[in-house]
Amino acid sequence: MDTYTDIVSLDGLSKSYAEQCVVNNISLSVKQGEYFGLLGPNGAGKTTTLRMLLGMTPPDSGVLNVLGHAIPEQAQQMRCNIGVVPQMDNLDPDFSVIENLRTYASYFGLKPHSAAMQQRIEELLDFANLRAKAEATIESLSGGMKRRLTLARALVNDPQLLILDEPTTGLDPQARQLIWQRLRELKRAGRTLILTTHYMEEAQRLCDRLAIMDHGRIIAEGTPANLIEQHIEPHVIEVYGAGLNKWLDNSTVSSQERVERLGETAFVYSHDEAPLVSELCQIDDLQFLHRRANLEDVFLKLTGRELRE
Amino acid sequence: MNGLTMSPWLRWYPVWLRNVRVWRKLLGPALLGNIGEPLLYLLALGYGLGSFLGDLEGLPYVVFLASGMVCASAMNTASFEGMYSAYTRMAVQDTWIGMLTAPLSIRDVLIAEVIWCGTKSFISVVAILIIAGLLGLVADVRALLVLPIALLLGVCFGSMALVVTAVARNYDFFLYYFTLLITPMLLLSGVFFPISGMPEAVQVGAKLLPLYHAIAMMRPLMIGGVPQDVLLHLSVLIAYTLIAFPLATRLISKRILT
Repeated sequence: MDTYTDIVSLDGLSKSYAEQCVVNNISLSVKQGEYFGLLGPNGAGKTTTLRMLLGMTPPDSGVLNVLGHAIPEQAQQMRCNIGVVPQMDNLDPDFSVIENLRTYASYFGLKPHSAAMQQRIEELLDFANLRAKAEATIESLSGGMKRRLTLARALVNDPQLLILDEPTTGLDPQARQLIWQRLRELKRAGRTLILTTHYMEEAQRLCDRLAIMDHGRIIAEGTPANLIEQHIEPHVIEVYGAGLNKWLDNSTVSSQERVERLGETAFVYSHDEAPLVSELCQIDDLQFLHRRANLEDVFLKLTGRELRE
Repeated sequence: MNGLTMSPWLRWYPVWLRNVRVWRKLLGPALLGNIGEPLLYLLALGYGLGSFLGDLEGLPYVVFLASGMVCASAMNTASFEGMYSAYTRMAVQDTWIGMLTAPLSIRDVLIAEVIWCGTKSFISVVAILIIAGLLGLVADVRALLVLPIALLLGVCFGSMALVVTAVARNYDFFLYYFTLLITPMLLLSGVFFPISGMPEAVQVGAKLLPLYHAIAMMRPLMIGGVPQDVLLHLSVLIAYTLIAFPLATRLISKRILT
């Protein structure tokens, strides 16, 4: 049982639906206590990868091991020790907040009315900032409250590994901040976490290590800082304004840099920003924003700017 | 580290209990639907139509009908539960998916669902038996033996309903099943009148379907008689269950776990 070194390891994992390859020969591993992010545009294969981890989708090929259990063969035992926050809330609408926690505990064979479980549920209500809402119906909760309850529900069995599929999609910034704060608290408690997201800020703030997926493949992997260093110039200058075309045609400084044009804005990626900034300061009909390169720049460079739907 | 603490034979229990708890919250409309309708049929047809009909197979019509309505109610209750309610939990609320991220298998969940269908049939039959008893339409305590049959009948029709649920894309789809199978069965299995006067082909058809066999056991028990060929009738109900349940499990696995 305790002979495994990686909490999750997958090797050569593939899955196709009706000729279309959704996950194409991916391999990765997640260590104890690590927060691992799976990034990618819509349809990249993130959710299918998570479903395979959970044993809910059988892979076509590859070897998959979670918490020392072969998946999908031993998925049921494995699921005793994980918590899942699905992309779509599936809270039980016929139950109150506290009944949702109790009922979910019962699916693990835990006694929902034991003293230990009562105490655990109290702690989870505090953790999710839902103590005042303990008896409320699910219908009356805001989107953020529902997500927090789903997170609390995923913790009811005190899992070693948490799997979150887009945990903050659709939430307002305040609700998102609170979820992030809670996830960081869980990290201090030594849990391991895998999440998918397409919010780069979320990935950058929460994850120790990331893999970027596109078209079913892992196209880059590393720490957030590493990925930025490896894949993109350190400085970004976003330039816009009436004189943009003229400047791009005539500037000798910008012609030496990598420039990406998106509508009315030019993104100039640079190793040495000083000459650009001083030139731009002298042009009246241009505005610009100078910033450090971030994960979003890496993501857009690797996966392209065209819309995915 | 948690282990699988539940015996594989009992993993259906928390799922079943979840359904019981939800049912208790909505007790009023649930009971009214399950009991009110069969009761209205019993009173209106039994006494109304019965006053024109006189005796049927040596029984007052309302007594004949009471045993039929018990079976019909068990069938309808389980069919509704296995279709509309199960579909809601499968496709609308994602309740099953939530259960499957806990250490439960789709089989555990579906076993719970068909036992729950049987439970609901059992409950509706208990309620109708009480009313029929108060109206003096039940012969003696032997009538209580219909309860385990009602449970089996519910499990059988629940399993069949889950097959339909597995392939349904929306609620309207269930009308095919009701119109093409449940209603003909209701009309031609001996709920409202004996089928002995029907053409041979209809009789053979009725005997191939499960409702006829439930009535063949339940009616004698309710009028103080002894059912014949019990083994045959039980076998038919069990056979339908043993074919429908694994089929439903396979189809639903294919639908939500691929």
